[in-house]
Amino acid sequence: MSPLSRAFRGRRRSDADPARIPPGQYVTDDFPVLSAGPTPHRPLETWSFTIQGSIDEPVSWTWEQLQALPSETITTDIHCVTKWSKLDTVWTGVSLDTLLDDVETSAEYVTAFSDGGYTTNLPLEDATGGKAWIAYAFDGEPLAPEHGGPARLLVPHLYFWKSAKWVRGLELRNEDEPGFWESYGYHNYGDPWREQRYAGD
Amino acid sequence: MDALDGNAIAGVLFEVFGAEMTTSAAVCANCGARAPAAELAVYLRAPGTVARCRTCMSVLMVLVTIHERTCVDLRGLDTLEIPASRGPSGWG
Ligand SMILES: [Zn+2]
Repeated sequence: MSPLSRAFRGRRRSDADPARIPPGQYVTDDFPVLSAGPTPHRPLETWSFTIQGSIDEPVSWTWEQLQALPSETITTDIHCVTKWSKLDTVWTGVSLDTLLDDVETSAEYVTAFSDGGYTTNLPLEDATGGKAWIAYAFDGEPLAPEHGGPARLLVPHLYFWKSAKWVRGLELRNEDEPGFWESYGYHNYGDPWREQRYAGD
Repeated sequence: MDALDGNAIAGVLFEVFGAEMTTSAAVCANCGARAPAAELAVYLRAPGTVARCRTCMSVLMVLVTIHERTCVDLRGLDTLEIPASRGPSGWG
């Protein structure tokens, strides 16, 4: 490809429909890797996903069991609080509705927890209703460790720090508790369309 | 992604503490390891800057810039030795 046509291609993205770009965001074609710690490398044989907390008995899925559940392929825009947005990203994974289907709980909040100690909190309402997934593939390929593989939470209607990388489970809570970035001053809810970057925004 | 070392946050620590901090000893509240700030594992490519203990990888310091104000969280530290001021030059 000639340098000219590359430059032209690169420019096209800024013509993305402005209605799809939340306030203060810019569109990127890259997939920046953000990381606040070392990248865990979890062997699939020892991976599991657990729902615990306000529930009679915790429930767990092995990697194999997760793969056996009905999967969905989602095309969605993602918005990082560091101001990049990436349009039409394609993920494959299991809807949290599927995992929470048989769970009886009085909880109204969940904390996602991950290998490496990361946590993030969200209302249970935002984790259900076809709005959140455990994603294990990106663009049809297994999710790379630097992007949160083997599996990450995908909650694209909130800033992307809520889409916890290396996710291992959900803690169901009756009371909300701030996760990692939320406890350091980031917004508790994180709606990109209301530009809820920091506490008080 | 590989971590940087504490020299990557030397500038911001100087601004916050008003002293050259890279030789200051930081003691991890989790494992008790003691190391100069220059030897911490630092991650810059995140919503904030995170400095971790090289021994146990616990979070020691988090710096988040919120609307032009940098907030420094030190809850992971047991102690951080800040060099005493030497007073006006010529007195030290
Ligand atoms: Zn330590």
